[in-house]
Amino acid sequence: MERILVLGGGVGGTLAANLLARKLKRRIDAGDVALTLVDEGGEHVYQPGFMYIAMGGERAEKLHRPERSLLDRRIQLVIARATRIDPETRHVELESGDPLAYDYLVISTGSRIVPEEIPHFAEEAHHFYGADAAERLRAALDAFDGGRIVVGIAGMPYKCPPAPLEVTFLVESELRGRGLRDRSEIHYCSPIGRAFTIESVSDMATPILEEKGIELHTFFNVETIDPERQVVESLEGEELSYDLLILVPPHRGAQLVIDSGLAPPAGWLPTDHHTLEVKGQERMFAIGDATDLPLSKAGSTAHFEAPIVVERIVAAIEGREPDTVAGSYTGKVMCFFEVGDGKGTLLQFDYDHPPKPPKPNRLWHLGKVVFNKTYWHTVPKGRV
Amino acid sequence: MVVQVPITRTVDARGSYCPGPLMELIRAIREGAVGDVIAVLSTDAGSRSDIPKWVEKAGHRLVGVETRDGYDEIVIEKKR
Repeated sequence: MERILVLGGGVGGTLAANLLARKLKRRIDAGDVALTLVDEGGEHVYQPGFMYIAMGGERAEKLHRPERSLLDRRIQLVIARATRIDPETRHVELESGDPLAYDYLVISTGSRIVPEEIPHFAEEAHHFYGADAAERLRAALDAFDGGRIVVGIAGMPYKCPPAPLEVTFLVESELRGRGLRDRSEIHYCSPIGRAFTIESVSDMATPILEEKGIELHTFFNVETIDPERQVVESLEGEELSYDLLILVPPHRGAQLVIDSGLAPPAGWLPTDHHTLEVKGQERMFAIGDATDLPLSKAGSTAHFEAPIVVERIVAAIEGREPDTVAGSYTGKVMCFFEVGDGKGTLLQFDYDHPPKPPKPNRLWHLGKVVFNKTYWHTVPKGRV
Repeated sequence: MVVQVPITRTVDARGSYCPGPLMELIRAIREGAVGDVIAVLSTDAGSRSDIPKWVEKAGHRLVGVETRDGYDEIVIEKKR
């Protein structure tokens, strides 16, 4: 029997498991293949919705569903914390001490936020990388009646690269709508020399920042927060005072892959750009935020990676070469980008083709709204 | 050879895309001591301009930028 083990029930892991179940259903039904997904909490969380708790009236209870409800019945779901991967013996150890053997391993353990790496982050800074944090940010915005808002990034890479810019645009729109804009300053701090990592997106966003009167600070890598003076300081030596501070927290890969010696301290798995195999390992694949690929850490990335890994595993089980197209990742990513005032645009790119975002309009904003609402019926089940 | 000073640490960011090399340099600067000389090796074309601009803003010293065989070597001295 061939045993496939998927670690993590996020976008990538859930989709990969469901696609594997579909493609291997006869072999699973015949008892030739066993497919198991291990997830720590057993709840699938739609993380892109967090931002809308803060900015768009979304409710936390709408953003999670039992993982079991999203999985094909042929998949065995184990709700447990994996503590170690041993590639030598091809075992994953669970917190209970039970080992799970595998012949093929898909690591889709995502990323985690580590705000504690910046002293005073918890007391001083707001963020939207969790339901509770987004609710607190909403409350802070409700209480805000003018002053200086600083939005910054306290470590790269982080989940959903456009999100801090989107929040900046949405906050600006909101303040205008509430009649607070003329009593407020908005500062956007980018860690690099332009507004966004991808040049074409930066070229699209920078004039919008200017038009909305949002001050852009480049090369601002958040280093420390001084709660006494309400000042955020950059590694580059710049200081900005704030009344409301919104920071993307530092991110790391899963502790599991660090502890297993598979990834460096930052936790991103060295991953082949096209085969998505973990470098130096056999029968081990990584998808989604867990990789060190030079791409957005976003559900969309995992969504387009999952079918590649599935094709490679199915080909190996069927004793054939993987399809050269279906089994090779091109770096495809597609995501919506809110610019405020009910408008959005679309970023679509791959390793070789940077995005050419269309002029922001209402359609792409509505596209994002519809995508968010229909997610549960589409992406995890492999329907789009 | 532009660089005459001894290199304290080499950051091999070859194969990494923007902003990877700059972020790796920033990590090395955070971990290093004043006076350290850090060489960044980068295949990303943007590093030739991005890194010197960051070095100026951050108050460090650009020791030199040299084109090597298929990559650039950018050398920085940590000044503060």
